[in-house]
Amino acid sequence: MMHGMGGMGFGGMGGAWGRRDNVNIDDEQGKLFDCEVVWRLLGYMAPYRRQVALAVLGVLVYTATTVAVPLLVQRGIDGYIAQGDLEGLNLLALAFAVVLAAQYAVNYGHQAVLGRVTQSVLFDLRRDLFAHLQRLPMSFHNRHKVGSVMSRVQNDVSTLQEFLNIMVVSLGDLISLAGIIVAMIVLDLRMSTAVVALLPLLVLVIAVWQRFARKAFLNVRTAIARVNGSLQENIAGVRVVQSMNRQDANLSKFNELNSANLNANLRAMSLSAVLMPAVELFTAAALAGAVVIGGSLVFGGTIEAGVLVAFALYIQRFFDPIRNLTMQFTQLQRAMTSGARIFELLDVEPDLRDAPDAKPLPPIRGEVRFEHVSFGYTKDKPVLEDVNLTVHPGQTVALVGPTGAGKTTLVALLARFHDVTGGRILIDGHDLREVPRASLARQMGTVLQEPFLFTGTIRENIRYSRADATRGRIEEAARAVGVHDYIMSLPDGYDTVLEERGGNLSVGQRQLISFARALVADPRILVLDEATASVDTETEQTIQRALKTLLAGRTAVVIAHRLSTVQHADQIAVIEQGRVAEVGTHRELLERGGLYAKHHALSRGAATPEAAG
Amino acid sequence: MRYPWLLAAAWLSLILATLLQIAVPRLLGTAIDDVLARADTSRLWWLAGAIVLVTALRGVFSYGNQYLAEAVSQRVAYDIRNAFYDKLQRLSFAFHDREHTGNLMSKATVDVEQLRFFINMGMVRSGQMLLLVAGVSVVLLWLDWRLALAALAFVPLVAYRAIAVSRRLRGIWAAVQADTGRMTTVLQENLAGMRVVKAFGADDHEQAKFEAQAAKVMDSSYTAARTQAQNGALMQVFFWAATGLLLWLGGRAVVDGRITLGELAQFILYTSLLVQPIRMMGFLVNTFARAHAAGQRLFEVLDAESPVRDAPEAAPLSNVRGEVAFEQVSFAYRAPGAKASENAHGPSGDAANGAAIGAAGFRPALRDASLRVAPGQRVALLGAPGSGKTTMVNLLARFYDVTSGRVTIDGIDVRDATVASVRRSVGIVQQDVYLFSASVRENIAYGREDAALDDVIAAAKTAQLHDEIMALPQGYDTVVGERGMTLSGGQRQRLSIARTILLDPPILVLDDSTSSVDAATEARIRQAMENVMRGRTTFVIAHRLSSVQGADTVAVLERGRIAEVGAARDLLARGGIYKHIAELQGAPTAAPGPSRAGGAG
Repeated sequence: MMHGMGGMGFGGMGGAWGRRDNVNIDDEQGKLFDCEVVWRLLGYMAPYRRQVALAVLGVLVYTATTVAVPLLVQRGIDGYIAQGDLEGLNLLALAFAVVLAAQYAVNYGHQAVLGRVTQSVLFDLRRDLFAHLQRLPMSFHNRHKVGSVMSRVQNDVSTLQEFLNIMVVSLGDLISLAGIIVAMIVLDLRMSTAVVALLPLLVLVIAVWQRFARKAFLNVRTAIARVNGSLQENIAGVRVVQSMNRQDANLSKFNELNSANLNANLRAMSLSAVLMPAVELFTAAALAGAVVIGGSLVFGGTIEAGVLVAFALYIQRFFDPIRNLTMQFTQLQRAMTSGARIFELLDVEPDLRDAPDAKPLPPIRGEVRFEHVSFGYTKDKPVLEDVNLTVHPGQTVALVGPTGAGKTTLVALLARFHDVTGGRILIDGHDLREVPRASLARQMGTVLQEPFLFTGTIRENIRYSRADATRGRIEEAARAVGVHDYIMSLPDGYDTVLEERGGNLSVGQRQLISFARALVADPRILVLDEATASVDTETEQTIQRALKTLLAGRTAVVIAHRLSTVQHADQIAVIEQGRVAEVGTHRELLERGGLYAKHHALSRGAATPEAAG
Repeated sequence: MRYPWLLAAAWLSLILATLLQIAVPRLLGTAIDDVLARADTSRLWWLAGAIVLVTALRGVFSYGNQYLAEAVSQRVAYDIRNAFYDKLQRLSFAFHDREHTGNLMSKATVDVEQLRFFINMGMVRSGQMLLLVAGVSVVLLWLDWRLALAALAFVPLVAYRAIAVSRRLRGIWAAVQADTGRMTTVLQENLAGMRVVKAFGADDHEQAKFEAQAAKVMDSSYTAARTQAQNGALMQVFFWAATGLLLWLGGRAVVDGRITLGELAQFILYTSLLVQPIRMMGFLVNTFARAHAAGQRLFEVLDAESPVRDAPEAAPLSNVRGEVAFEQVSFAYRAPGAKASENAHGPSGDAANGAAIGAAGFRPALRDASLRVAPGQRVALLGAPGSGKTTMVNLLARFYDVTSGRVTIDGIDVRDATVASVRRSVGIVQQDVYLFSASVRENIAYGREDAALDDVIAAAKTAQLHDEIMALPQGYDTVVGERGMTLSGGQRQRLSIARTILLDPPILVLDDSTSSVDAATEARIRQAMENVMRGRTTFVIAHRLSSVQGADTVAVLERGRIAEVGAARDLLARGGIYKHIAELQGAPTAAPGPSRAGGAG
């Protein structure tokens, strides 16, 4: 009955997820049964074992009632109708009603319980995945596409939902198969032997069929993954697509993938549609056997007519469980892969684990010290080498240097997005790796070059993780960065709902709100990837003023693109090729006549207004 | 229906298969009667053979039916995917401003699949169900109408239930999908904004946000599962109750001698044929309900009309000289949270006076703006964030259409030209640079797939990117990631510049194009851009006075109005906003840098 074979995975995923390399949608092995996956899934069911036990009991009772019905029919025919016993028939009808009432209650009950368990397990899985993603380091998130991670949390979990449903249905099917066999044997051994003998034959046929079908179904999944991958990219990049007039070229490329998907599906269907007639042929053969053998037995008076009817009823349901199980093999295969992918993600070790003996960072003064710090995203390519830098509490240090010199990496290390590969970073004398990351993050604020806001109200965005921030505190912060008046001019004020990533605000406004957010967080150390470039002059002035307030009494590390920022810094560190080339104040560095002086002259040449001023 | 022949063939094989299916209990009943009533076993082998033969024949037709049903549904899904894809890439920015990527993806994957499933199960298989019920009913009525009425009494009940439950489930599934959509959004933003999350140590906050949504999904999914379970259980009980009724009443009839035991057996076996359609009914009801919700979500997108589209008699722009004029242009973006259907029209209609929109949502982005630019001139747009600079160029490239007034290129209203030709004429270096998962070369040649490698390299050189590309592991064949993770902000921006250079547009828009590079790189880009801008009409969206240098005209925007227009020198002399900004930035109040010679034409 089920032919849901279109995979729903977003495509284009790949890349290594830690332990195993090359987990790629294109070369899934399509295991039918992965013990490890099933075992771990069962682990997720463990908290609900009482409900599961109850449900299994329900399945058993339910199966008993369904198996009992043909027996009742047989009793009715042979025991009462054939004997003309109407009283007995009335009693039987009553028994029938009782069995049905019980069947309804048990059927509904066990399915409802299992539904609750299934949804709870999925919730637990999603919760764990999400929590795990929060723990994974920035390097993981930089490496892996949002879409492919999303696909694991979303689609793979949904696939597992199907899997859990299948487990439930299959369990019922198997139990019902066993029940039918028992009932048939009770009724008549000879006839049941004939019917059951067909079973291995059917299994053989299905085994042969699978050899062909498996490949076809794998192709289907690969094809749909490619379709979805292409689709997702097009949505994400739609602005580029439109401005470059790429619609027609893109559509024809998409059409190719889409056609391939269509053909893969048709091919798979041409195989899967064989199964149903095949199973029915077996049913017919069994019925034919029952007619010949049973007919003779009835004729010979060995069995009664009701037995034959009951057999006919059983046979019609006998092969169903086998067929259902086979039809679900696609889903099963998919679920195994999905399960493997989910657990693989859960198994990625957060390489930034808090040390077991990590003690929370006490309230800090804000002294930052880089000692012989080295770092590389890959082993062979160091980004930073032997960086030494000390920032005293309350000081502002400006990092300057060409693109790719390592400025961003340096602040990323300070925020502990990554761990150093050599040397150490100390805050108030505490090695970053020896304090829990959360206690560090609480005392450190970061303002990114590209402001990122969340869907929700402006108030929620400014408050962000400080759930206890009062209205007054929020508005105060907004005032300090000069965005309060703008917010108040909106119809809903602070309750204005922002679209995806604050898309309904301009970059400058988003920037200001992100500043306010940092202000509310009230960090001791502020990391600022100077973003003033996307803000116009007037706003920039507002921000510069606000920053002065913000920086007062705080340690600040600023990736500077403007000489104005640089000039006011207590210290300037010139970074070049992963090293600190020069350190000093603006005046000192100018006098030294090194890189900074050259840089400065160049900027002046480019007529940056501040430089000219 | 777009595939009438396929559908007809599917239905034909369905009818034949069902008729053959109905023959089987008849053969069984005959066998029982032979043995019991006529004490004749001579035909048993024949009847057994007939059962197998009929079933084999039926198998052929049911194979055909299944395959064809799938073929129809897959083709429809194929059509919908293509249509969806194309619609999405043609809907205006206004649509994409509103719709979350994750949401659209879920429509394209889950909803299309639901719809496909319904077409397969609903349009074709439901026929089998109806046909089987009808066929069995006819045979039963023919055998014994009184007994038949008893046996079939449950059919209307089942039908009534099915409709009622379907209606309820529709609402439930809509809720499940809506909840799932919201959960997806939380997840997506969390991943995309991971830096912020980490920087603020907001793990717990995010976790709580996610769990709240996930719990909603759990609850609504459970409601759906429970409703289904109840319905399925009830359907099954209806069915077996019919068998029981049959046994009770039929047994009396047999005892009275009105029918034979064989006939009663036939009755029971025929009724048992209905178990499959009944089971399917419960399933179908659910499928229908889900498909209904899915269909609504899909058609919301498919039926959305982009307000930006070719007019009936639109002609392509050709040989564009690059004269651009804004004539009393007004525009308002849709208020956030406004109804999410693009044809519900936000910015147009009532919005001739922008203030009307301001009352409903955000204030108008542009009001009564007029500006005239001669071919080859360079215009700097200067103003605070939200003052309307980006809006102006978005209107020029027809990413949105004006609310009132008009924008012309070479004197032709852009709305009278084809959208494609307008965008071909206007090259934009965008603020948010999107890189596709493809090689650097393909990304640069994105707008011109046929570009030769030499041209790509030349463009990269002009954009000062060539050396850095060569330093990448596979040079121009290096694949860059979804969000350009492997390239720095500055590199991405220059790649975007190279893209535009390759397109060679007569009109160029540089939106903040030098924001995220350091001074040294900026100087290099500036030099390169000087070359590129030569001979093109250029709009520079300036955030700094330095960007204004070399512009023939400066337009200062303030709250959606063009407050001042003129040469920088004149504006300084006038002592208005421009002078104020210049003073704020500490620029020399003397002449603002060398103006290009002869630029004003």
